[in-house]
Amino acid sequence: MTSAASYSIVLALLTALAAGLVGSFALMKRMSLAGDVISHIALPGLGLALLLGFNPLLGAAATLFLGTLLIWGLQNRGTLTTDVAIGVIFTAALAIGTLVTPSEDLIEALFGGFQSLTLSSFSLGVLAVLGIVAFVYFFRHKLILTLFSPELAAATGINVSRFNLYYLLVFSLTVLLGLRFLGALLVGALIIIPAATGRQLTHTLTKFLIASSAVSVLSVAIGLAISHYYSQLKVGPVSLNLSLGPAIISVATVFFLLSLLRRKT
Amino acid sequence: MNLLTVKNLSVQIEDQVILENLQFELKPGETLSILGPNGAGKTVLLKALLNLIPYSGEVCWSSNVRIGYVPQKIDADRHLPLTYKDLFISKSRILKVTAEIDAISQRVGLTRKMLATPVGHLSGGQFQRGLIGFALIGNPNVLLLDEPTASIDESGEEHIYELIHRLQDQYKLAVITVSHDLSFVYRYATKVLCLNRQSVCMGAPREALTPEILEQLYGPSHGYYQHDHGEMSRVQQT
Repeated sequence: MTSAASYSIVLALLTALAAGLVGSFALMKRMSLAGDVISHIALPGLGLALLLGFNPLLGAAATLFLGTLLIWGLQNRGTLTTDVAIGVIFTAALAIGTLVTPSEDLIEALFGGFQSLTLSSFSLGVLAVLGIVAFVYFFRHKLILTLFSPELAAATGINVSRFNLYYLLVFSLTVLLGLRFLGALLVGALIIIPAATGRQLTHTLTKFLIASSAVSVLSVAIGLAISHYYSQLKVGPVSLNLSLGPAIISVATVFFLLSLLRRKT
Repeated sequence: MNLLTVKNLSVQIEDQVILENLQFELKPGETLSILGPNGAGKTVLLKALLNLIPYSGEVCWSSNVRIGYVPQKIDADRHLPLTYKDLFISKSRILKVTAEIDAISQRVGLTRKMLATPVGHLSGGQFQRGLIGFALIGNPNVLLLDEPTASIDESGEEHIYELIHRLQDQYKLAVITVSHDLSFVYRYATKVLCLNRQSVCMGAPREALTPEILEQLYGPSHGYYQHDHGEMSRVQQT
């Protein structure tokens, strides 16, 4: 295995850890839908960047940032129209993104794939993961209070609106990291499904965070192995295309289904 | 010296005036009860005092004030994997204080087991005691309580009021509480503020709460009667 490939694998596993942590709080904040929207907003930026010939992740980062501000603004308004607006943005981003993304890159932009990494991209990615983990660790007490009661959190001196923005930015950074190998359609799933599995298995916060991260890392590890060894699997007359993004999310879904069978510990 | 001085306090939400021109004071150790019908602006008043909503006028807390707040209800997901232990620790870390979590839990009547139980699995009374315990983290000298017995059955109400009064003695607290329970008001309140957008009455309960004032607040069929010794009680509606 080349070092560029190992960088990619290590960063994917680290991203999974970050997704498990961030996803646990997203689930508790009941923002799985907003999370999906944020990831879809990456697509138009990604497509435009490909079309104009610059780094697609930069394009994705730009629209992700705008999308984050948009969702934050909607959250602050707290009106009933938020659901509608989110629904519209969700589909519009997908449509516009699909229109502007060059067709040869579309499948990868939507569903991800395995790409080798340069040392500098790898280092940047690792820094981003460290930043996300540090945010969750150092701000866990504020995260806990804001999700229990924004009102009590504000009465304790937390600027809840500003803190929500920080959280959304960290969420978007996680999306950006996952985009590389999962694509705009599936990256949201790595944030939510392992967290939903962890929630199913545990009822204390620490165990929940550990379980979500573990399921996320395992899903990515197994998904990587499956798509590497069985990328074209023939089952009888059917030929399965086990590409990376769908393989990872399928594994995560299997974990979730299994978790439904198990009682909480 | 006043712990709190409120002058010309008004709150407008969108185009609606919720509170108009309120003035009152609170001294250390006092208990101020806020009475008023639904929609009178009681919760809004507490939120303005906490600076959680925009207002006009003056809300002046003394420089050494430490406020504990017990909201009327928490919209938290009852399935959150959070315990009061998590919440007590989080609040104390944010306030950078070393809270004696065991002692506080004991004072509000939460056992270690309850402290480690996810909040959604606690009974209404236990949940409310936890909220009061949460308010005590940071060693407050004033407690703001918004209908602290709203989600509790009648037998539990008495316990919560006794608990608040006992804590007030132990911690030398001033208390501002929104309450519909006149027996609490007569027993423990040193002052009462009757609210219906504007201040309708203000003063010691026995002087301020006349039948006319109560009628003005709750309407002619308010269901309160006056005891021979001058106290008002709620008539059991049948």
